[in-house]
Amino acid sequence: MNTITKEVNTITKEALPPATLLAVYRKALLINLVDERMRALLSSGRMAAVYYSPRGQEIVAAAMGVHLEPSDYLVTMYRGIHDQLAKGMPLRQLCAEYYGKATGTCKGKGGPMHITYPAAGIMVTTGVVGGGLPIANGLALAAKLRNERRVTVCTFGDGASNIGAFHESLNMASLWKLPVIFLCQNNGYGECTKYEKATAVAHVADRAASYDMAGVSVDGNDPASMWHAMREAVQRARGGGGPTLLEANTFRFKGHYFGDPGAYIPKEEYAAALARDPMPACRAAVLSSGAATEAQLQTLAAEINADIDDALKFAADSPPPDPGEIDIDIYGIGARA
Amino acid sequence: MSTPAEKQQTITFTEAFHRALDESMAADPSVILLGEDIGDREGGGVFKVTKGLSTKYGDDRVRTTPISEEAIVGAAVGAALAGMRPVAEIMLMNFVTVAMDQIVNHAAKLRFMSGGQTSVPITIRTRTGAGGGTAGQHSDMLEAWFAHVAGMKVVVPSSPADAVGLLASCIFDDDPCLFIEDSMTRAQTGPAPPPGHRVPLGKANVVRAGSDVSVVSYGRPIRDALAIAERLAGEGISVEVVDLRTISPMDTDTVLKSVAKTRRAVVVHEAPRSFGVGAEVSARINENLYGELAAPVLRVASRDVPVPFAKVLEQEFLYKPSAIESAIRQTLSAKARR
Repeated sequence: MNTITKEVNTITKEALPPATLLAVYRKALLINLVDERMRALLSSGRMAAVYYSPRGQEIVAAAMGVHLEPSDYLVTMYRGIHDQLAKGMPLRQLCAEYYGKATGTCKGKGGPMHITYPAAGIMVTTGVVGGGLPIANGLALAAKLRNERRVTVCTFGDGASNIGAFHESLNMASLWKLPVIFLCQNNGYGECTKYEKATAVAHVADRAASYDMAGVSVDGNDPASMWHAMREAVQRARGGGGPTLLEANTFRFKGHYFGDPGAYIPKEEYAAALARDPMPACRAAVLSSGAATEAQLQTLAAEINADIDDALKFAADSPPPDPGEIDIDIYGIGARA
Repeated sequence: MSTPAEKQQTITFTEAFHRALDESMAADPSVILLGEDIGDREGGGVFKVTKGLSTKYGDDRVRTTPISEEAIVGAAVGAALAGMRPVAEIMLMNFVTVAMDQIVNHAAKLRFMSGGQTSVPITIRTRTGAGGGTAGQHSDMLEAWFAHVAGMKVVVPSSPADAVGLLASCIFDDDPCLFIEDSMTRAQTGPAPPPGHRVPLGKANVVRAGSDVSVVSYGRPIRDALAIAERLAGEGISVEVVDLRTISPMDTDTVLKSVAKTRRAVVVHEAPRSFGVGAEVSARINENLYGELAAPVLRVASRDVPVPFAKVLEQEFLYKPSAIESAIRQTLSAKARR
């Protein structure tokens, strides 16, 4: 029987084993450091791209990623760099795509909002709010029809829960018991409008009840809560138990788009959120768990930064797409016999 | 009177659509069907095209869906990304508008936006057409909207044999195809094609050869054009009829080759005149053959108004076969340039 969970944080917060916590932190730190670099490049004018910072949502993606295998599918959205990195997106092809280079994962044709990398299961990044949910169902349907073990994770924001596609998709997923996890990253704002001003229910996860689906709302900034909730959802999907609507409550520190002054966020609210910044908290937890020492974490950060340096150099040194590419990949080669 | 043996060799459009689906499902287990009421328990589809298929291939492969067009097309897109060949039935073309985000922003563009890493081999079957009193939201021909989006293929059959061959080609094509069936002619018959019949996408068909004027069209008006061509032949007027078959990508070469020969063209479609496929065909002819034309390219199309209900108004809306004949005569009476 599906459990309908309306209260925030009813999932166990049982502490993670140190090694597990470190695995989550490792992915979160990668996201954090890549995001810092991207914002620095944009600020200095060394990169020109639309950018939607995931700052503040690192733990959600990291705790998702550690449960997934490369063969599992991910459908994410324009604010998706954290999800992509957590799912195994290689830095070189990612950075080259942000630079619009021929060596980018999409050959410079998709850009930041359409990162795709099927080798790691990153199937779609959509620039349309809610556009990914119907597609996630199809990926999950294919896996189910072929008796594959793989699950599909679809991430989206709280704003997407108000679009028709969300409701059509949840109904269909529940009806067909699809192995899909709808991971709503509720960062409190849909574009510039506060959650409460746009959404009639207290928690996005409440909406699962309408579709007889497991609905869970957790503190997405808490590695343990998020990890346990994600594990339960993945196990349910892999075990044939059908979909889950998992709402990860978090916060978006850098506004909707890069350069968004965020004047619509009350100062007190921002200060309170900053006090709960998941990155310093997770780091402290890793240290106190004994999973790593201060020196080891510094080494880890240095290694990641070296990888980012390498990726950015690769991107900068790569050629732009050949103009002739404009006519390629519109259509396939032709009909299959 | 036809003999029983001859009768067996004709099929209706409905039988043609069914045959293409049946043959494709038998040939490839990755072909699945999604749509409202398409299972046999629900009657095998409102238009009975899928009747018998869920019994034959199972409910997993022939999936009756909720009335959720965006979720239907989206599920097809996702399954296609995973390597399947889904065929989504959207009952009527006006309902396709509900799924526009999935078609325009996703199905059509994912191949390009991913740099060719993914592809979306889906077929969306839909049905439409005025003349049956279904009025403003059940009759529209919207093919030009989809032809305007790079990455989509838009296909309209004009005979049952073409319907079999084109639909099968859509299903096994590696790109998203919109396959448009005509509501009014579904019971019309035509010669049955042999098993496994395929008609290539992106290739127009010279249905009738002629030398005086080219009628370029697709879908339902092709029969009208052929009847008129036959009648005018008695007057010594030789009409060539070119069936586009695939609206987009358009086989411009075949159109230009025909018009270069006849020096006159009439473009016919059921969709409203303005901003339609006829404008595009006319522009391509003018851009390439301006100096060689003996007359302006003319369009015959339906009126630029919503499809009305009352019979008299609906007939007023629809393109008229008599207008095709008038347009042909008009191009012939135009003063020759040389």
